[in-house]
Amino acid sequence: MKIKSQKDFFSGLMFTIVGAAFAYGATSYNVGTGARMGPGYFPLLLGVILALLGATILFKSLVVETPDGEPVGAWAWKPLVFIIAGNLLFGILLGGLPSLGLPAMGLIAAIFGTTIVVSLAGDEFSLKETVVLSAILSVMSYAAFILLLKLQFPVWPTFISG
Amino acid sequence: MELFDNLAMGFGVAFTFQNLLYAFIGCLLGTLIGVLPGIGPVATIAMLLPATYALPPIAALIMLAGIYYGAQYGGSTTAILVNLPGESSSVVTVIDGYQMARKGRAGPALAAAGLGSFFAGCVGTLILAAFAAPLTEVAFKFGPAEYFSLMILGLIGAVVLASGSLLKAVAMIVLGLLLGLVGTDVNSGVARFSFDIPELTDGIGFITIAMGVFGYGEIIANLSQPEDKREVFTGKVTGLFPTKEDFKNMIPAVLRGTAIGSMLGILPGGGALLAAFAAYTIEKKTKLRPGEVPFGQGNIRGVAAPESANNAGAQTSFIPLLTLGIPPNAVMALMVGAMTIHNIQPGPQVMTSNPQLFWGLIASMWIGNAMLIILNLPLIGMWIKLLTVPYRWLFPAIVLFCAIGVYSTNNNTFDIWLVGAFGVIGYVFIKLGVEPAPLLLGFILGPMMEENLRRALLLSRGDWSVFVTRGLSASLLAAAAVLLIIVLLPSVKSKREEAFVEE
Repeated sequence: MKIKSQKDFFSGLMFTIVGAAFAYGATSYNVGTGARMGPGYFPLLLGVILALLGATILFKSLVVETPDGEPVGAWAWKPLVFIIAGNLLFGILLGGLPSLGLPAMGLIAAIFGTTIVVSLAGDEFSLKETVVLSAILSVMSYAAFILLLKLQFPVWPTFISG
Repeated sequence: MELFDNLAMGFGVAFTFQNLLYAFIGCLLGTLIGVLPGIGPVATIAMLLPATYALPPIAALIMLAGIYYGAQYGGSTTAILVNLPGESSSVVTVIDGYQMARKGRAGPALAAAGLGSFFAGCVGTLILAAFAAPLTEVAFKFGPAEYFSLMILGLIGAVVLASGSLLKAVAMIVLGLLLGLVGTDVNSGVARFSFDIPELTDGIGFITIAMGVFGYGEIIANLSQPEDKREVFTGKVTGLFPTKEDFKNMIPAVLRGTAIGSMLGILPGGGALLAAFAAYTIEKKTKLRPGEVPFGQGNIRGVAAPESANNAGAQTSFIPLLTLGIPPNAVMALMVGAMTIHNIQPGPQVMTSNPQLFWGLIASMWIGNAMLIILNLPLIGMWIKLLTVPYRWLFPAIVLFCAIGVYSTNNNTFDIWLVGAFGVIGYVFIKLGVEPAPLLLGFILGPMMEENLRRALLLSRGDWSVFVTRGLSASLLAAAAVLLIIVLLPSVKSKREEAFVEE
């Protein structure tokens, strides 16, 4: 059987699997009856509905013709990897990773790290420019979040500020 | 007149120097961020929400209202200047607005959008004030069955308006409902779908989902486009203000747009997007005056009407939120989040238990609108310059602010891991052509729907027919069914597809 719409095929597949997983997970809680709904009742209901919807989308993707087959297209690995990595780095630098023994480096280090890694996702990258940008963003964030809004952030590495 | 007494009280609350300042800052920040390509009101509010935590509730809501209007206007600005609608409701503004900008008439287009929005906002505020009280009366008649049916209607409404596949949109809503259930069940105390992760027992944060799916997902998708496709337009702007002729054309369009917007905004799930589409369609149907530029080539009516309509709709969409506690769209869902953070449970009781806040908020909406026009008319020239900031500096800053915003909601790095995961999911959604907005609505409504379904069925002893035997509930469900049938009718279906093709 030929897939007539790739986008629909994979989204249908996604909905079916996720719905089934939620429904399966819900059965491990007390489902109860309509009059006395347990914690599993509503998620089980929704999970089944989602799986059915997904299956319908899946079915349609195999039957209904589309002009171009609606391909999913190439994945933009570079932006995907660098943006998500930059985001994760922000968390690691800001709060540290106690399980690996990494100390918290604070907000400023996190801003520099994140900005540089995220910038790598773009088409052109210049280290000098990115460092300047990081510095500007650091000053702005410090003024806005720490001085003005008084949010509780570790600003400097723990081994300096103690 | 009670209405005016109430409004006077509202202005008394809102009109302090401090609040005006917050409204101003909100508008400024909202416009500044909303004007960035690809960032709509949802992302802007999500990003700036943490900034309002420390404020007193009224000030915080006033600032958020300012941010909302600012972001919305900012979205229109990018729509006109660079052909990038910052939000779904300004997609029609793009058609004629960008053509005007290309002809060097960006100034009049921006002014028309601003003035039209301001007028629509004033009317919308009055309608909101006039109808809030009677609608609240109705709201008190709502039992759990009615609430459940109303949410169904709202969700169906949201689906109808989403572009693209209906089935996928419904699936996204259900997925959102499911995600909303993650965390501790209020009734039994069971931690559902939390995989023994302590942070997940509190549920997934709304901001985490919004920023991951909208913020990161969009940026990744944007970066995967070749550079020339997202290039900004930096032509010379001549003449900042509309001419007399422009005004003649504009005024009836603004009036029509306002009327349409106010009506459609009240519908749960309706609102700004549909209003803008409807207003543009009507303008296109009316006859051109002699010497007027045709639509699609830079007609000022094509900017003024949808902009007024979407602002009026934005204003009246506060009605279901404030009177029933049901967010009609993603922005309102964020406002609910903001209110809950300040210990305000939106709903009919706000008006009676906290009238100062209620009327203060309504007054502050007007202030937000006024502030917007004061701020933006003189600054039109400057916004154009801001758009020359290259995207390669913009996106790292956006990612950074998202990360900071997410962390600051709970001061917890776990949320940063989570937002990364949702970023990947958001990109997958874009690749698969499913729209994330319904997911967000479902996410907010998930716990509410479960609670009301549970109560309704508890009262009826498990009898599902309660939803159709109670009059109000049955008519709400009937309305939802009618909506669904209308959309599925072949003739409307092709029209709807046509309308979205025009984007």
